[in-house]
Order: sequence, then C-alpha cells, then structure tokens
Amino acid sequence: MQEPVVADTKTSNRELLDFVFAWPAWFFAVGGALNGLLVAAFVVVILMLMFGLQFLGYSHPVYWGFLIVNFVFWIGVSHAGIMVSAILRLTQAEWRRPVTRAAEVLTIFSLLTAVQFPLIHSGRPWRTMYWTFPYDWNRGAWPNPRSPLVWDPSAIFTYLTSTILFVYVALLPDLALARDRAPNPVSRAIYGVLAMGFRGTTRQWRIQTVAGLLLSAIILPIFVSVHSIVSWDFAVTSVPGWHNTIFAPYFVIGAVHSGVSAVVTVMIVMRYAFGLKRFITRDHIDSLARLLIVVATVWLFFFLLDFFFGLYGTEPAEVDTWQRRLVEPPWVVIAITFIICAYIIPVPMWMFRAIRRNFFWMFVTTILVNVGMWLERYMVVVPALERKSGLTFTYGDYAPSLSEFILVAASFALVILGFLTFSKLLPIMPAADIKEGQILADRIRVGRANVPAAMRE
Amino acid sequence: MSSSANEAASRASAVSSMGQTIPTDAEVGHPEGVRWGMVVDLDRCTGCQACVVACQAENNIALNEEQRVLERRAKTWIRIERYWEGEFPNAKARFIPVLCQHCGNAPCETVCPVWATYHNNEGLNVQVYNRCIGTRFCANGCPYSVRYFNFWNPEWPEPMNNQLNPDVTVRTKGIIEKCTFCIQRINRVQVTAKTEGREIRSGEVQPACAQSCPTSALVFCDLNDPESAPAQLAEAEAGRSYTLLEHFGTDPGIIYLKKVDPHAEILEDDHAPAEAHA
Repeated sequence: MQEPVVADTKTSNRELLDFVFAWPAWFFAVGGALNGLLVAAFVVVILMLMFGLQFLGYSHPVYWGFLIVNFVFWIGVSHAGIMVSAILRLTQAEWRRPVTRAAEVLTIFSLLTAVQFPLIHSGRPWRTMYWTFPYDWNRGAWPNPRSPLVWDPSAIFTYLTSTILFVYVALLPDLALARDRAPNPVSRAIYGVLAMGFRGTTRQWRIQTVAGLLLSAIILPIFVSVHSIVSWDFAVTSVPGWHNTIFAPYFVIGAVHSGVSAVVTVMIVMRYAFGLKRFITRDHIDSLARLLIVVATVWLFFFLLDFFFGLYGTEPAEVDTWQRRLVEPPWVVIAITFIICAYIIPVPMWMFRAIRRNFFWMFVTTILVNVGMWLERYMVVVPALERKSGLTFTYGDYAPSLSEFILVAASFALVILGFLTFSKLLPIMPAADIKEGQILADRIRVGRANVPAAMRE
Repeated sequence: MSSSANEAASRASAVSSMGQTIPTDAEVGHPEGVRWGMVVDLDRCTGCQACVVACQAENNIALNEEQRVLERRAKTWIRIERYWEGEFPNAKARFIPVLCQHCGNAPCETVCPVWATYHNNEGLNVQVYNRCIGTRFCANGCPYSVRYFNFWNPEWPEPMNNQLNPDVTVRTKGIIEKCTFCIQRINRVQVTAKTEGREIRSGEVQPACAQSCPTSALVFCDLNDPESAPAQLAEAEAGRSYTLLEHFGTDPGIIYLKKVDPHAEILEDDHAPAEAHA
C-alpha cells in the first residue's frame, strides 16, 4: 500500500514538531495524575522494603502472582516495537513510516517498566546485583548459569540496549531538524549535542541508513530470544502446567499479539492528542489490523496446542491444572473473559473493512486484546502454582492484595508517563522517514510516462 | 600402582585455577562419601506432631500464630499431612510427615540465580541464608512445597526469646528457609568425632524430629553406609519402600515405608472408591 502525499515539506516539519515546542494544559493535568499513581506505588515499595513482602497476596505455596504476571505482560508489549519497526523496515512496507518511532518508544518504556517488577518482587531487592551482574564480587560465587533468572537479565538488557540504539540512530535526522527549528538557545544547544553534528550530508545519510538496516537485522534474533527466555522461567521447572516445550513460541507470538494491539491503541491516542490527523490515517490502522488478524490466529493456534499437549500426555497433575484453569471457579470466569477479549470479539470484528478503518472500534478492540492477554498471563502463572503436585495437603489459593493492584496500575502510569515525556522532549513522529516516504511516492511526468520521482536503492 | 591407574588418578583429581588439587572421593577414603538421609516408617507414624514442635524449638522457627496459619504463611520445616481414606464410618486418617527431601537431583538448586541453595558433598540440600535474595523461584520449583518464605522479621515475645538455639541463625525477612536435617547437630558430631580421632558412629547423629519421635517412625541415617540399621531396615522392607513423587525424578534422600494395613482388603471390598484398586 502506497502512502499518498500528505503535505509539503514545510507543513510536515511544522506539524510533526508541533508538540515538542508546545505546552498544552492537558499535558500537565495528565502528567500530574500519573505522577500521583507513581507516588502511591512508591509508598508501597518503601513499605515492602521496610516491612517485608507481607503486604502482597502471596502465601504458601503460591509465591509468584500479580507482579510476575505484570512483568510478563510488559515484556510482551515491548515486542511491538521491533515487530513493527524492524520487520516492516526489512520488508519495505511503506505504511510503517509514521508508526515506527511510537512502537520503538513503547518498547523502551515497557521494557524499563517490566524490569522493575522482578526487582521489587524479590525479598531483598538491595542485593539483586548479585543476581543481575555476572561478577563474583568478593563472595567467590558467580551467578548460577543454570538458572533462567540469570538468562533473563542478559536477554532483557541486550534487548533494551539494542532498542535504544535503534531508536537513536533513527532519531538523528529528526534531532537535527529540532535543533534547526528550536525556539530558544537552550533547547537548540541540547538538540545540537544530541544530534551529534548531523547535517544531512550524503555520507551521513548513507551511514545512518546502513546502520538502521543492520540494527533491524541484528535485533530480530534478540526479539525472538527475549520472550522465549522469559517463557523458560516457567517452562524449565517441573510445575505441571508450566513444564511445556511449546511455551517459547507461544509466549513470543502472544507478545506480538498484545504488542501490536498496544501500538494501535497508542497510534489512535496520538492522532487525537498530538494533532496528527494528517499523518496517522485509516490506511495505517487498517494495515495493522490485517497484521493482527494473522498474529491473533497463530497465537490462538499455539494456545490450543498448549491445551492439547496438556491433555494428550494424560498426566493427572497436568490435566488437573488445565481443569483448574478452564473449569473451576473462579478461574472459569477469567478463562472465558480472556478468550472472549483476546480473540472471539476482536478478530471477527477485524474481518470487516468498516471496523478496521474506524478509529473508535479499533481503539476498543485493541484495548480488549490487552485486557485478555493480561488475563492470559495470569491464567498461565497462578493456577499451576496453586495445584503443584499430588500432595493435595499443600493446595492453596491466591488472592491479590490492594498493594499489588496499586503496583500494576502504577506500571501503566509509568509507561504512559514515559511515552508522554519522550514525545514532549523529542519528536515522536519520524519526520525524516515520513518525508522520505513522500519523496519515494512522488511521481513525475516524463513525456507521456508517469514514473517515480526517486529511485529506490 | 600400574601406569593406567596412575593416569586415571591424575585425570580424576582436578586442579583448580588456584593451583590447589581437589581430592577425589577415592583419595578421601570413603568411596561414595556420606549421603545423609532418613527412613520414614509410616506404619509407625501416629501423627502426633512431636516432630513439628521439636523442629520449631530446635531451629528457631518463628511462632506460628493462628493468623499465620489462616493466611497460610505458617512455617513448618516438617509438617504432618493428614489424608482421609474411605467413607464414614470406615474413614481412616493417614499421616505422612513431609520435610525437605534433600533430593540428589533437586529442582530447587538449578533455578536459584545466586547459588543460595546447592548440594553439598554430604548429600544435603543446603540453604545459604546470606546469599538468598528472595526470588522464591526455588519454592515454586519444589514439588514437595517444603520451602518457606519469610514475609517479615521473626519476633519472640519475652521470655520466649531466651529459648532460641544459639547454634542456629535467626532468619531475616525476605529469604527462603527450609529443613536443614539439623546441620548444626551433624557438625557438632563431626567435630566431636574428629577431636576424639574416630569415625562417626552409626546413629550418633540425630535431628530434632527423629530424636523426638515417640514411635521411632523417623530414623536418620547415612544412606551410603550399608551397616546402618535404617539402611538395613529399608533393604529388608524393600517391598513397602518408596520415595515421594517418584515420577519427578528428583532422587529424594528420604525413603518412606508404606503402612501395613490389615483392614485394607475389607475396606477395598466394601467402601473404598474405585480408584483404590488402581
């Protein structure tokens, strides 16, 4: 799908940088409200540090719950950036252009939020450097390489580093643009330093393009490995319902499902909040929705495989876990809500062109997908722990506490606040990329022929 | 010594990076080393919970008040699980003491990121409290659910703090704890034996639970010592010996002996549900 010419260069520059230089009142109102939530979460974390984890809903033998579910959820959302950006860039999908930066920034902030959770969730967070840094300090004991919890930080920090690099390389021309148009000398100086002397010479453009393409290719294996490794946190244990070889691809495709949905939600909000009606069009939402139909259906296939493998082994403990997940109250309510939200409502709706091109309905359905995917993680993690082995004496239930709800709400606040701050300080729309798209789409008349104005490399 | 044996020995004794030679099992003298374990005769267990109380007193376990039990945060390194069998009036209570199985192939050890739990050379699954950062992954991995988390710092009201065992660490909040097979008692016996220049006598080591068991249902032993009475008992009663949740492949260090029930057949014929036959 070819993006039509939307504006001349001057208008593009002005409108795309509009929000960076403007200070609307709602920015302070929303930012203040989100900060309020963060303060509440901060109080909870301080209490947890001072008095132990007694405020959480954990008990014997369910020692993981809401916080780990939320960790998996945000790692999942973080897969959107690379899925949308790197894959669409390598496949030269033209409609990706306005979408990429938002998706990558969503990746960065959801990753940064996700890594908070295992840290505050541990019993003694002030000693977690022994876990996350591969160094033996003075104890004579290195981190245990057999533990998936050691694989986790290495995968996540690699992903975080490469994503930040990826965003920064793509950001360079836009930083130069902001430098040239900044209204006051202070911000001009800051953008100037950040732009690292980007002036738009042919050599600089070539290096920037090659670096972007190389990073897209290099980042793809990392993107697959991150959620695979997160899934192994569960799959390498012997807990029935967790111990499953299908978990890695199942988690990755689930992550793409929730991530791309989150990107659609963010795009629609940006369109109205930042006044980008000219750049985020129905075509973009339509394309993402088509992608989502495929992703959602593959994800459903893996979910059914997971279920089928559980029953196929006729392992009593495994079958018990599935029975608890799908049939026993209160889990039956969650199971039904989850499958309806994550697949049964959205996907048939996306089949209709009218809905794919309707901002309101796309907003509603993508929110539903993420509600469903959050519940899916909850269903994967908790019921398995409640019924861990044949020793029925230790069966227990898990009920989340108020503190956990506050922390989960604060994680959403943190991601939104991070995203908002980024788009306030730096151009959230890839202006250079969009203009490149317009130039590529330009056509000129040569005699009677109507040919592209620019050649693709 | 023949040259091939020499070669084997030089291969076997690894040289660490510090230049010290790590002795092999053969050089230490005991071919297989010690493997501490326990034989639990369920036919003798009456479910009296003396072991639970003894463990609580010996190991400085925090007080399990009613509230703690209700919210399932009570810590019991050894617990008596009670299962009902049969229908009223022929119902029977079955008891099984469950403690850390000190697995030879422990699921908890592989998942700890900081080596807070590892296998020592005496077959013990040990927990290093100072290393533990409280990810609780081990507690999730343990199929026996015998690992307990400290949700708060333990407190003992006056004068109960005077009965704390000075040989055992009081665990702080935020870490996992579990049965140690009373490692402080093992150490004391080992030191005594060493100063007296002799081997440890069979049955000399007694964890608190085994010592307090009125019916001697719990017997502590070195599983690798074929001379020890419990090992011989497990051998003689091989027909009714089993390990808990064998299908997990954890190689537990605790051997259970099934209950001998003279009424079992009558129960099965009259009232037992169909699963009893399976």
